[in-house]
Amino acid sequence: MSEETMDTSVDYKEISLNGLWNNNPALTQLLGLCPLLAVTGSVVNALGLGIATMAVLVGSNLAVSLIRHRVSDAVRLPAFVMIIASFTTCTELLMQAFTYELYQILGIFIPLIVTNCAILGRADAFASRNPVIPSIVDGFMMGLGFCVVLVAIGAIREILGAGTLFSNMRLLFGDVATNWKFTLVDDYRGFLVAVLPPGAFLAAGFLIAGKNWIDSEIKRKAELQKQPVVKGSKRVKTTSVIG
Amino acid sequence: MLKNSIGFNSVLLAIFAFVTAGVVAVTYQSTKDRISDAKLRAAQAALFEIIPKEDHDNDLFSDTVPIPEDYREFMGLTASEDLDKQMHIARRQGEPFAAIIPTVAPDGYSGPIKMIIGVYKDGSIAGVRVTDHNETPGLGDYVDVRKSNWVLSFNGKTLGSRFDEKTNIKHPDGSEEEFDQLTGATITRTAVTRQIKKTLSFFNIADPLTPKEHNEVTP
Repeated sequence: MSEETMDTSVDYKEISLNGLWNNNPALTQLLGLCPLLAVTGSVVNALGLGIATMAVLVGSNLAVSLIRHRVSDAVRLPAFVMIIASFTTCTELLMQAFTYELYQILGIFIPLIVTNCAILGRADAFASRNPVIPSIVDGFMMGLGFCVVLVAIGAIREILGAGTLFSNMRLLFGDVATNWKFTLVDDYRGFLVAVLPPGAFLAAGFLIAGKNWIDSEIKRKAELQKQPVVKGSKRVKTTSVIG
Repeated sequence: MLKNSIGFNSVLLAIFAFVTAGVVAVTYQSTKDRISDAKLRAAQAALFEIIPKEDHDNDLFSDTVPIPEDYREFMGLTASEDLDKQMHIARRQGEPFAAIIPTVAPDGYSGPIKMIIGVYKDGSIAGVRVTDHNETPGLGDYVDVRKSNWVLSFNGKTLGSRFDEKTNIKHPDGSEEEFDQLTGATITRTAVTRQIKKTLSFFNIADPLTPKEHNEVTP
């Protein structure tokens, strides 16, 4: 238990940044692509599965972190899988109880959360080596990163495929959300490719490309800023007036 | 030593299995009622979609008639959870005018497709709804009315109508819309269409709305 006291200086900012951007499960690790591509036909579906995945990820990280000193290496993976499976089943039951229609739409992809490698990956790579609170934060941030990408692809496909945004949000939020639907293009004929699975691949591909481009821009700017210092660093005049 | 570790690990895993199964069992117990409630409400809502509330004045949900034993297989109702499915009768002032018939297309692309089909007394379709299916998302799931208007194209059809690839839907405002058959997923389409035809011929032969054979069944 000495580890608990030792690890007080956990960098939550880095954990968050890792989950949301640098090590994003969907855009960088490319994990969990099966639900990512299958259910992102609309924002509400994407958000529903995103939240479910996030819940399982937080729960499994918490549980794995709690038992990390008691499970031997030989059986850790089956134990983790059992934890993840039970959390997934619980999530499935809860969705059935509270958002039945959405449960029907998402169908098989809720039980399939078990097979999302991002979850087992985080359990093994992070939660089994870190104290409880950082593990929960890591699970939450990774889940959020996944959920945001899911919703982004859902939004792109819904706009291109149906010309609307946030339709059917009442499936998730109840009757309050009946009027949340934006119709962006009236009398839109639909764009079938966006609705079909290839549309998901294309949207995901453009998002990944966008992220890589932003990353390389940041890197280039950082190098540009460094360069003058490196070049002229032999003699630095501090007194001259530049004008 | 090895024996020891095997023993220790299996006990550990067994404990795990018990704990996780316990968690699932507790969740199941505490959500059971809500889930059956939600299922019931969804089933009722589906009935009202076919026969709107204002069209009938009986309790559509509990006014049921069993499907004759000899037709169960024909209607695809052989799975254990389908055995107690019944036809719902819609009445106006006691006079039956439509039946909602449960049926299962056994040969969908990924397993059975469960449907309810409303048929008016004259043998025309009041509405078709798919209640449960496992068709490929994005390809075969257009049978679900939440995904596509395809099943609405059957409204008003009788056994003699053309169940063809292209169908016109007349909107209340008089405009017409042509529903293009979706490309792909032909297995799904064939399965659903065939089962609808079977249901219509069952309706014509068994005639569930004529009260001579079955007296009104009280729930």
